[in-house]
This record gives sequence, C-alpha cells and structure tokens, in this order.
Amino acid sequence: MAHVELTVNGRRVRREVEDRTLLVQFLREELDLTGTHVGCDTSQCGACVVHVDGRAVKSCTTLAVQASGSEVTTIEGLARGDQLHPMQAAFREHHGLQCGFCTPGMIMTAVDMVNRLGPDLDSATIRENLEGNICRCTGYHNIVKAIEAGAADMAALKQAAE
Amino acid sequence: MGIEGIGARVVRKEDKRFITGRGRYTDDFVVPRMAHAFFVRSPHPHARVVSIDATAARDMPGVIDVLTGRDLVDDRIGNLICGWMIHSLDGTPMKMGAWHALEPEIVRFVGQGVAVVIAETKAEARDAAEAVEVEYDELPAVIDPARARDAGAPQLHPEAPENTIFHWGLGNKDATEAAFANAKKVVKLDITNNRLIPNAMEPRAALGVYDGAEEHFTLWTTSQNPHVARLVLSAFYNVAPEHKLRVIAPDVGGGFGSKIYIYPEEIVCLWASKRTGRPVKWVADRTEAFLTDAHGRDHISHAEMAFDADNRITGFRIDTTANLGAYMSLFSSSVPTYLYATLLSGQYDIPAIWAEVTAVYTNTVPVDAYRGAGRPEATYLVERMMETAARDLGVDPVELRRKNFVRSFPHQTPVIMCYDAGDYDASMDVALKAADYAGFPARKAEAARRGRLRGIGLSCYIEACGIAPSKAVGSLGAGVGLWESAEVRVNPVGTIEVLTGSHSHGQGHETTFAQLVSSRFGVPLDSVAIVHGDTDKVQFGMGTYGSRSGAVGMSAIVKALDKVEAKAKKIAAHLLEASETDIEIADGTLKVAGTDKALPFAQVALAAYTGHNLPAGMEPGLKEGAFYDPTNFTFPAGTYICEVEIDPDTGTTKIVQFVAADDFGKIINPMIVEGQVHGGLAQGIGQALLEGAHYDPESGQLITASYMDYAMPRADDLPDFIVSTVETVCPGNPLGMKGCGEAGAIGSPPAVMNAITDALGIRDMAMPATPEKVWRAAMRPAMAAE
Repeated sequence: MAHVELTVNGRRVRREVEDRTLLVQFLREELDLTGTHVGCDTSQCGACVVHVDGRAVKSCTTLAVQASGSEVTTIEGLARGDQLHPMQAAFREHHGLQCGFCTPGMIMTAVDMVNRLGPDLDSATIRENLEGNICRCTGYHNIVKAIEAGAADMAALKQAAE
Repeated sequence: MGIEGIGARVVRKEDKRFITGRGRYTDDFVVPRMAHAFFVRSPHPHARVVSIDATAARDMPGVIDVLTGRDLVDDRIGNLICGWMIHSLDGTPMKMGAWHALEPEIVRFVGQGVAVVIAETKAEARDAAEAVEVEYDELPAVIDPARARDAGAPQLHPEAPENTIFHWGLGNKDATEAAFANAKKVVKLDITNNRLIPNAMEPRAALGVYDGAEEHFTLWTTSQNPHVARLVLSAFYNVAPEHKLRVIAPDVGGGFGSKIYIYPEEIVCLWASKRTGRPVKWVADRTEAFLTDAHGRDHISHAEMAFDADNRITGFRIDTTANLGAYMSLFSSSVPTYLYATLLSGQYDIPAIWAEVTAVYTNTVPVDAYRGAGRPEATYLVERMMETAARDLGVDPVELRRKNFVRSFPHQTPVIMCYDAGDYDASMDVALKAADYAGFPARKAEAARRGRLRGIGLSCYIEACGIAPSKAVGSLGAGVGLWESAEVRVNPVGTIEVLTGSHSHGQGHETTFAQLVSSRFGVPLDSVAIVHGDTDKVQFGMGTYGSRSGAVGMSAIVKALDKVEAKAKKIAAHLLEASETDIEIADGTLKVAGTDKALPFAQVALAAYTGHNLPAGMEPGLKEGAFYDPTNFTFPAGTYICEVEIDPDTGTTKIVQFVAADDFGKIINPMIVEGQVHGGLAQGIGQALLEGAHYDPESGQLITASYMDYAMPRADDLPDFIVSTVETVCPGNPLGMKGCGEAGAIGSPPAVMNAITDALGIRDMAMPATPEKVWRAAMRPAMAAE
C-alpha cells in the first residue's frame, strides 16, 4: 500500500491506497470527484486532464503516489462558488460541448493552454494544442471558438484584478 | 418567437452540470456492496471452446464468482436477437445464427465474451480474469466479406449456408433492365464504404442491481433508448420481468447509434447481480469498446447508371455486399436494406432503380447502425456516381445534378420513399455562393503555382429520418413501432415537467424541448424541466436515433401540450366567466381576447389542483399524455462543397474550405442545429480521410483497437465549417421539422472524395484517403490503379 497525501481543490487529503492506483482512480473513487473522466486507456483522449501544480496532466497515466505532495485542481475546483471560471462560461456561451463527457478535460486543457501561451491564441494554435484531447460530438468548431473567447475573458479578468 | 422560444439561440440548460464536472454518467454511480465485472474474451476470431477452468481464478483475492456461458444457458437466459425481419428475393426469411451473451461452444470474433469474473474491485476482477484458463480449438476464419461466400470459406453458423444472411432486392427490376438496354451512355463504378468504429467518448457501462425483497432489478446503462432495452431484456433475454425491471440511462456520453443495442454485458450484469446477490458494475476499457461496440458501414458495391442522350438519368442498378459481422445485431438487417436502398434515388428523378443486397457473416464484430445508418452508404454511392458520371460525360457536375433534380413534390421514387417537400436548387445556390464555386479555377491555378493540387467536390444528399410511421416499418419487417410518447405535467405552482420517451446524449433536449413549452405558454425556460431516461419516471417511449427526437419526440410533446392547453383554457374560461373560444395564452397569462380580464398561468394551474371551482364534471389536475406516430419519414437535404489542397510531396490532404447548406425545415435552436452539423461533418470527414477498422486478414485480429491505431479526427485535422440553412417546411408534423442529427455524416464523405479525386485526376480512391494512398496517387499514377 502507498501513502498519498495531496491538496485537491484546496482541500488536504490523505489516503492509503494500492500502489497501482492511478490519480484518476484516486480522484474518482476515493474523493468522489467524478467530473474527471476516463475515455481511453492509451493516454490519447484527454478526458482525464487535471492540473497538478498548475500544469495539465493526464490523470489516467499518472500514479496517485506520483502526485503525492502536489496541488491538484480538477474541473470541480475551477469555479469559485457559483462564479464560473471564464473558460467554463465560454464553453457554455459558444456551445463548445454536446454530450459533456470530454468537456472537463477540454476545459482543463484550455485553461492550461492560456496559462502556457498567453491569451492571444489564434485558431491554428488552439487546434494544434488540442492534439491530446478528442471530442466526438462537436467537430471542434465551437470548442475552438470557446477557447478563443475564454482566453480573452481570462485576460480581461486578470487585468481587472490588477 | 421570444428570446427563449422557438427559433432562439438559447444557451443550453444542461451545460452547467457538464462544465462544472457534475454530469452523472453510468460509471459515476456507486451503490452499497457493489462488485465489479471483468470479461474473459476470446483472443481468436473463430474457435471451439473446449474447456474453461476457473479453479485458480476462484482462489484469487476478492473473487466472488466466475460465470460462464454454460451457467447462462442453464439459467435459460435468452439469445441476442435481431429485431427486423428481412426476406430474401426467394421469399425465405433471413438466417439468424444463435448469439449467447457468453458463448459456451464456438466463439466467432476476437473479443467475444466466454466468461465473467465478479470481484470486489475492478482490479481484482481483471487479475482473476487472467487466471481463467480457456482451452480453444482454433477454426479457420473468414474476415473479408468479399470472400465470405466463396466455395470452401469457413462457415460461421449452421443456420446460414454460404455465410449468407439474406439476398434481398428493391425497386423496379424490369424497368431498370429496359432502361439499360436503351441507354445512350452507361457509367460504372466499383465502390467500398469503409468499416467504421463509432467511438462515443463515454465507453459503454452497466450497473445491475437485484433487490431480493422486491424481486426487482435496476439497470443503470449507457443507452439511447432505455424502454427498448427494458422490453428486449425482459421479452427476449428473459433476464427480468418487464414490470420488475427499471432501466436508467442517466447522462450518456455520446451514442451515434452504438448505444441503441442491448449488448451481452448489460444482460450479464443484471443476471450476475441476481446470481451473486451483489450489485455488479462493468465499465468498458476503450479497447473493449473497439472490440465489442457494434461497428458501422462496411459495404462493397458495384453500381451502374444509365443516361439518355440529354444526360438525363434513365436507370440505376446496384449490387451490394454488406458485412454484418459474426452475429446479427439488434437492427443490423434494416441498415443495408430499408435504410439504404430506399435512398438510392438521391435528389434525382430516376424512373428505374434496382438494388440487390447480399448480407454476409464474417468473423468480425457485429455491424449495425452508426450515425446515418444506410443513408451515408446510399449517399456515397449516388454522389460519387454523379461526380464520376459528370466527368465521363464531360459536363459540369453542378449542371448534371441540376438537370436531374426532383422539382415537384410529393415525389414518389421507385424505391418506396415519397419525398414530401424540398428545394434542391435553393440549397445548391446557397452552397455555390458560399463556396465561391465560380472562383475555383483561379484558386486551383494559384495553388498549382505553389506546387499544390487543389480539388473541389460536391455532394447533394437527401436522407430519410424521423423514423418512422409504425405501420409502414411494421410492414417492412420491424419488430417495433417507431412512434414517440410524451407527458406534460403542470405542477400546482405552474412549473412544468415534460416526460419524454426521447433520450438526450448530447443533443440538448433539455433546452430545445423546454423552448417549445416556453413558446407555447410564455413561461420562463427555468420553469420547465425535461425528464428522460428512466423507465420508472417516464411512460414507455422509443428513444433517440435516426434523427427522430425533433420530428417525432417533439411532435408527441406538441400533442400533449394541445391537451393541456385545451384544459387550461376551459378552466380559465370558467373562472373568468368567458367563452372557452375567447381565451388566449400569451406571456404566461390566459386572457379573454379583447378585454383586460386575465389569469396568470400559475393561477390556472393551482385552480386545477385545488379543485375548488372547476367546470362541472371536470377532473382535477393538469397533466396530459400523448403518443405520436409520424405519417411519413422527413427528408432533410442539402448541398455540401469541399475544397482540398494536396501536397504531392507528402500526400497530405488539407481541407481548405467546407461549406454546408442544409434544409432541416423549421429549426427550434439554430445554435444546437449548427453544432449537430459540425459534429456530423467531423465524423464524415473522419470517414473520408482518417478512420477505418482494419482486421488482419490472416489472424483476424482487429489492428485498429486503440486510439494509437484508429485515427480519430482531432482538432487540427478539421477546418472551421461554413454552415447555413434553407427552409422548406416539412408538411408531415405539427412543427414542420425535419432532422439534423445525421446529415453531416451522411453528406460529407462523397464531397471530400469528389474533391480529392478531382485534385488528383483519378477515378476513385478507397476511403480513408490516407497520406500514403494520396501520395502514391499523386506521385506514381501508374501504381495508383490498385
């Protein structure tokens, strides 16, 4: 058994789990954070993307014990109370989701994209940086629009705060 | 039309839970004492199961039970069935081979289940499954549908000699022969429609719970049609009596047809929950999804089209072999027959059509409906043929199509369908303008100067959806009726619940259906809740597939709303001391026309439930149900134009422009409709450029069984789409709607392939047009004739 101790969405958690427990299993089964999804078994689809210490990580190919000591943010931790994160709001506003299964991973990837590359993202850059996330419903058209808008809204919010 | 009513671009009500991670999919449900199932699956495409030894597995940690096909047969669990009867041309019924949920004797495809381990955790179940020793006696397998009927080919089912399920035909054969005898020109084309794997992002899952006290079962499952699942599980599979089985299809992460069917795993989870006395959950790995979800398409066809001297089509004949895989899936027989050959007239006035279809068994995963189901196969054939004919006849493909368009409605085709309304010139005009068709030669020349090959391709599709009039489909062999149900419950405070037999797995019903109610009564969207997906809450309904939720599902809601409105008006008239015929409903108020006498909708609702002052003889309450059976299919149609640029050095195809102009009749929410088109286009473009299920012809292994090997369309494979709509109202349903869920996937593959073959100057290329194939065609024309 492995001792795992980390901060998830601002909350300290401690568990003894089987060594082979994946981070996604830890989040879903130990913490009941079922917004993080498993869509494949080859680290391709990105439905499981969470942030570990501020960077996007595929939680289906990370052992829970590897994340021990880290700060993890999941889709459940993105909004502040009822105040949606700008990227969440943009996905709704631009119809960037249909069945919703890939959506948490898409949003976490999108936020990471803005954090890494800044808010001025053109369509080609967004499409290229979505390489690790698969959506079967939307044809990506509205996801790209949502990320363009969400990136701008993130910048505006940051500016307003400064 | 208000800001929230019909025609408004309302953001979706359901989105809040999805964007905050609060969607509830089957795998998210946890019940006390829940155990986990892992299936032992055949590694061979065809083999006799000699023995199964679970001794070691039973001793593994956490193992509760190991069950096999023998246990299943002993418990009299029924075989999986196909629910649509097709008769061959010689009058004999289709040949259905026996399919057990766990196979006790002969496995017929790689991935077929032979045993299941039930354990405390999924990891323990998986570990123990590896310790189940199955001895197989391998048999020769047939993978290629073109070889299935060869003399000496391995035989799959004793019920089906020569692996032939049926040999069926449709159309006017004699007239077609005569048309070809008198033709001035005949164009011939051999064409394949590649096998696809649906890949909804949520893998299939099931959670079966047996309550011994009530002798009652509950099944959470990834289903597009929970009532049909309950019916089939009880009536045919004998798992649980219908009145003692609750099926819940909660949030479902995409379906595209693959979640219509009732699969072995759902049967086993329910059955095992009673056997073990423990709730049993199973969730597919992605590779299991590739190996067990019903695949789509997989046709091989030879087509010939006859023309007169004026380039009018005089006849069309088609010979198709359809691969149905190792077993007949639930609606598999309808796909290459009544959902396919009935659309072979396309948008064209063709006096004589004759189609023959031979359905065969192979040692591959069963094939069934996948987004479009038969109509993409028909459209691909018709529209590749039209483009090829235009090239052979030396005429512009636009002009050839226009010369042959159907222009008067209703139009009876020789293949059953009667087109009710349409304007094919209108969608063609919109698409040509949006695509700047006239400017293409200049763009091609400019691309050539950069060393790129530029091509343009059209596709003028028609499809039949809103499936379908029950009497009609019954006469064609369907085992079910294809009506829909609805119940509208007005609560005492005036909020409204709509219980629908449709099921949303991405389509946005919680929003569009609420828009309909909001439009009708002028109540805010937030006061309307759409309830679906639970057989304990919702009256029997038929579910969502075949782009039917608008044209059929919403029509049922309209019928129920009509009844609610009539009763509300009676109550208001009574309370306002006015004539019922003078009552109008607008902005949430019932008022007497031409006066200031009015009652809020909520007050009328309350009056209905207090019952203190109702018209004489009226029952209290304000709740009405309806069943709606459509009178015809609906016929969405449109023109798609694809423009590609090929880099001859790398074989890379880039879609530089994709234009869609669709006629979906009346539209409730344009934002959602556009989203449906985008998604359909992505799947169709995926079929043309990327996707294809590949089996190793020797070993029978599915080579493309993960996202490492099966090329799913990703964001950078696709362009921004230019979509627009034209409108001819569908006369067949109260809202004038057609259907928009599948059109994109139906219409787009031929547009892409017409563009690629145009760019390369070749006659045909088998989909998917991978860079290797394109490079060979671009660089070595002599080798491209393969």
